[in-house]
Amino acid sequence: MSLTQYDSLQFQSGTRSRAPGLLGDNFQLDHLKMLEAESIFILREAVAEFARPVMLYSIGKDSSVMLRLAQKAFHPGKIPFPLLHIDTSYKFSEMIEFRDNYAREIGAELLVHKNREALDEGANPYRLGTQKCCGLLKTKSLLDALAKGDFDAAFGGARRDEEKSRAKERVYSFRDRSGQWDPKNQRPELWKLYNGRHHKGESIRVFPLSNWSELDVWLYIAIENIPIVPLYFAKEREAVVRGESILLLQNGVSLLPAETTELVKCRMRSLGCAPCTGAIRSHADTVPKIIEELISFRRSERENRVIDHDEEGSMELKKREGYF
Amino acid sequence: MATANQNVTFGEFPVPAPQSSPVTRKLLRFTTAGSVDDGKSTLIGRLLYDSQAIYEDQLTSVRNSRINRSSGPIDFSLLTDGLRAEREQGITIDVAYRYFSTPRRKFIIADTPGHEQYTRNMVTGASTADAAIVLIDATKGVLPQTRRHSYISSLLGIRAVIAAVNKMDLVGYSEQVFRAIATDVEVLSEKLGIQQLYVIPISALEGDNIVRRGGQMPWFTGPTLLHYLEELDLNAEDSETFRFPVQCVIRPDAQFRGFAGQVESGSISVGDSVTVLPSKVRATVRSLESFDGPREQVSTGEPITVTLDKVDVSRGDLLSGDEHLPTVSQRFLANLVWMNEDALDREKLYLLKHTTRTVRARVTDIKHRVEIHSLSHSPTQTLKLNDIGVAELSTTLPIFFDSYASNRAMGSFVLVDPITNATVAAGMIQSTVEEGPSERGGRVTTEERTARHGHRPAVVHIQGSSRIADRVERALFDDGWHAYLIKGDDYNEEQLTTLLGLLQTTGAVVVLSGSATLAPQTRAAFEEAVFTFNEDGVPDSELSAEILRTLRLWRSSAEKFNHE
Repeated sequence: MSLTQYDSLQFQSGTRSRAPGLLGDNFQLDHLKMLEAESIFILREAVAEFARPVMLYSIGKDSSVMLRLAQKAFHPGKIPFPLLHIDTSYKFSEMIEFRDNYAREIGAELLVHKNREALDEGANPYRLGTQKCCGLLKTKSLLDALAKGDFDAAFGGARRDEEKSRAKERVYSFRDRSGQWDPKNQRPELWKLYNGRHHKGESIRVFPLSNWSELDVWLYIAIENIPIVPLYFAKEREAVVRGESILLLQNGVSLLPAETTELVKCRMRSLGCAPCTGAIRSHADTVPKIIEELISFRRSERENRVIDHDEEGSMELKKREGYF
Repeated sequence: MATANQNVTFGEFPVPAPQSSPVTRKLLRFTTAGSVDDGKSTLIGRLLYDSQAIYEDQLTSVRNSRINRSSGPIDFSLLTDGLRAEREQGITIDVAYRYFSTPRRKFIIADTPGHEQYTRNMVTGASTADAAIVLIDATKGVLPQTRRHSYISSLLGIRAVIAAVNKMDLVGYSEQVFRAIATDVEVLSEKLGIQQLYVIPISALEGDNIVRRGGQMPWFTGPTLLHYLEELDLNAEDSETFRFPVQCVIRPDAQFRGFAGQVESGSISVGDSVTVLPSKVRATVRSLESFDGPREQVSTGEPITVTLDKVDVSRGDLLSGDEHLPTVSQRFLANLVWMNEDALDREKLYLLKHTTRTVRARVTDIKHRVEIHSLSHSPTQTLKLNDIGVAELSTTLPIFFDSYASNRAMGSFVLVDPITNATVAAGMIQSTVEEGPSERGGRVTTEERTARHGHRPAVVHIQGSSRIADRVERALFDDGWHAYLIKGDDYNEEQLTTLLGLLQTTGAVVVLSGSATLAPQTRAAFEEAVFTFNEDGVPDSELSAEILRTLRLWRSSAEKFNHE
């Protein structure tokens, strides 16, 4: 599918010119433009009202979109806050390579934080279990990094359609002094009058992509030609097929007795840690093909993440504790 | 998956179809309101399921759930009830946002609970909605909560209300039952001034008239619920007046200074003249900058960075079209919805956030409270959680607004408690409260000056040799009084009366020296607040101290009187 074919969506990159009269005299934005406008509005509000904002940069497709929106929001200025990556040290090597190159290319300030203490003690998902490992290497690490940087606002790329407990998340999500979320006691959020007031030590998570769906994200990547980590594209990869999961052999993943590797044409639907993120069988090696595949899918994107399957409602538990 | 409906084939969505359906692929936000048993969650679950917005693994999770409150194989409500607490209680407790798309539109549902203590959530969901679905149980008809839901929809300026008469399966799909309810709804809608009403019979459980028509109600020929939502016209009646609240200033280098924001209404082109508020300075648009290149024109809803031939603009300012400037005022009348456990405190200064501007505000008068079940008005001294009322507010700095009815973004505000930081109220501005111009044509009243100075006008008449009057002026001024010295011997009686009359209207404490006699109309104008001292034979410091003591006593007794 070429970019020009997307013209049917009334959304053109580049000059954004429009065929006159196509949208009538009363010009209305199509839905991606409306989502883009909303996200830019949120980014600007937060930068204007917080003392030290930071962007949680996970290297995934949502982060890539959020980064592009930040470039747009502050053009011709540079992105006026640093990017923060919480590195568990179990991320795919392609992710780290992409992170470093891309941050340099767009001239963004990149901060990388690891929970060295836990890593030195040998924290890994096999020994600790997924939940405990996530708790140490992601949640605790994130809270430590936010405290260390004295950040009072952190942008996250979470979308409300990702998972049921996220459907109730505010755009400005208040966190107490220990970084925790209280779903029963959220501030009412009206119109687009976001309330970012907080006391010292408290903070706000800001979610500019709240109203985007996975499909919206991919359409935007296509239209804007946004660079993404190659792991999203299907190719023959050396993998081990373990039960229902397809795992790539790197960074903490090794063969169990009697297992062998095989070449699998596969891709990642979402990016996480190598031991806990499975690939899916796919032939989608371009963004338009991914979009086609997505539309024929009947599986939600987080399913290939092991982490959500520990327990019914597990994401809500993680979020309460401070996970994104 | 369920049998896919022909009209809503999600799978066809991205396939380019340049000739057809180019225009309406937009975003529609709607809110749903209903009570615990109205089947609201089931309706939303059904909308998502039938439009194939539910993924297989989510369905599996619901199928495997221990809970099934429905009689069918799948409890659709479990698809939408998100959090643990409510899953355990079996009710929706907060605003949850849901998403689905059809080839025509992307939809955002603000799913809000219906039971009484959560008016706050319903208002929140309605604040961003273009349309509202009000659910009515066909076995019960129009209930007080139906009135409440409809009222909140009209209060929040939702133009299109869809009254979905649910559970038609339980009344044998009876046209008669439906018609009777529809008539009641129409009467209600007219009373509330709802602009666009659509009454539709549905069965969320069976799926009739939601995505598919179903065969049970051949007597109903209107579009299905989804079809109606897809076709709903959103263009109507948007304000065309240019409004651009400045969000932030972008200064990458010394040469460039751009004002970033979103066009809230109207449009603007390079070369246009705009008026900057509050300065009222006129400026010309030099350029419209975006990441995707410079623009010649931008319209409602678009983010942009504007450069002007003037640079004295900052966050909280507004760029407006030169014609039809917004109202600039510090006093206005608004609908208030109270959203916090701590009731409205009229003594308290709240933070008021309006567009990108935050000022301090006090609620000076509550006109009435709206009884949500009867929609009647009753007098009140305060507003409590979930109360809705009409109140007069006064701000420390002017805000620039349009009425909520004419421009949602320019007429809405929230109140924030400056101590707890909680969002305590939502407000919708009706109109400014204008004092008629005074005789001299000014618009600031003596009351307002009194509030600013912290005291009413008075005369301190120091008879004698004019020895210390100048020092008394100084001492009063340093103590925070709006004091002004007049040497009475420099004027004749008529001049002095005029002068004192003028100073009275400015709210001053006049320090008057000399032996002049005050005219009766002067004493009356100052409400007898004339304090006479004789400086002869009294030490300077003692007299000064006594004057201060007297004035402080007078001020505090006046305050007490006002509070009673």
